[in-house]
Amino acid sequence: MGDRDSVYGFGTLGIDVVAVSDSEQAAHSFRQLASGKYAIIYITESLAAELEAEIDKISDREIPAVIPIPGIKGNNGIGIKNLKKAVEKAVGSDIIFND
Amino acid sequence: MASKTVNPTRMELTRLKKKLVTAIRGHKLLKDKRDELMRQFLDMVRENKTLREEVEQSIAQANRAFALARAMMSDEALNAALLAPKQEISIELESKNIMSVNIPVFHTKTRTPDENDIYSYGFAFTSADLDEAVKSLSEILPRLLLLAEREKSCQLLAEEIEKTRRRVNALEHVVIPETQESIRYITMKLDENERSTQIRLMKVKDMMLKQAHGY
Repeated sequence: MGDRDSVYGFGTLGIDVVAVSDSEQAAHSFRQLASGKYAIIYITESLAAELEAEIDKISDREIPAVIPIPGIKGNNGIGIKNLKKAVEKAVGSDIIFND
Repeated sequence: MASKTVNPTRMELTRLKKKLVTAIRGHKLLKDKRDELMRQFLDMVRENKTLREEVEQSIAQANRAFALARAMMSDEALNAALLAPKQEISIELESKNIMSVNIPVFHTKTRTPDENDIYSYGFAFTSADLDEAVKSLSEILPRLLLLAEREKSCQLLAEEIEKTRRRVNALEHVVIPETQESIRYITMKLDENERSTQIRLMKVKDMMLKQAHGY
């Protein structure tokens, strides 16, 4: 899910596409997707930043996996940031991304 | 300390000794678990990192192609072209167990086996850029799915490592020292009781001897 320009291409691959325009509607559809039949939710990074609270809520479940991907407006680094957070949580300090 | 509240009895002592043995054993096991989890996690996180960088780059590329296609075609034509996807993907979920952490493994199935089915339009009214864009997206797809699997696994593993580490620390710094302290307290108390009984008996013996023989 994400803004329309970023996501419509994925439809051709057979992925269900949810285009959202404002964050309120986004939160609503995200909750719906999360409790639905999906195993993976790809979400544009800009939207992921807005919905961080919602995503954190379901992050300890096995599915769905919420994966931020760069949208058409580019990359804001939230995907790498999440990875960093996981490393910090597990190791205690960041030992992989400090280069 | 907790030793103030324990009963200095032999029964309690036996119980505590058993508890200590269990705690030490549990501590060792959990420590091993943590180390192994950490090893797996670090491997996975490195893989995850490179995968993510790759995917992010290719998506950016695909997005550029889409932007071009969008510029070349009218909105309506583009919508019409992408409106009805031919392909459909479904995911079968399986979970794999790594050190008692269930991590997901995704198996994907496409509805039609032909990979060309990603083009949901005839080529007559669309620009070549669109073909390019769709093709580049479809090339990312397997890695995108792998990324999802890895990333979720990393998250779950991190969670588990944190939990395990907390348990190891609790055992190492709280449970085991406290039990040892209690055991020491009871042993000392019991020894002290023993000594006082001994002395009491000696005293009684002295008194009895005095009475009987007038020493």
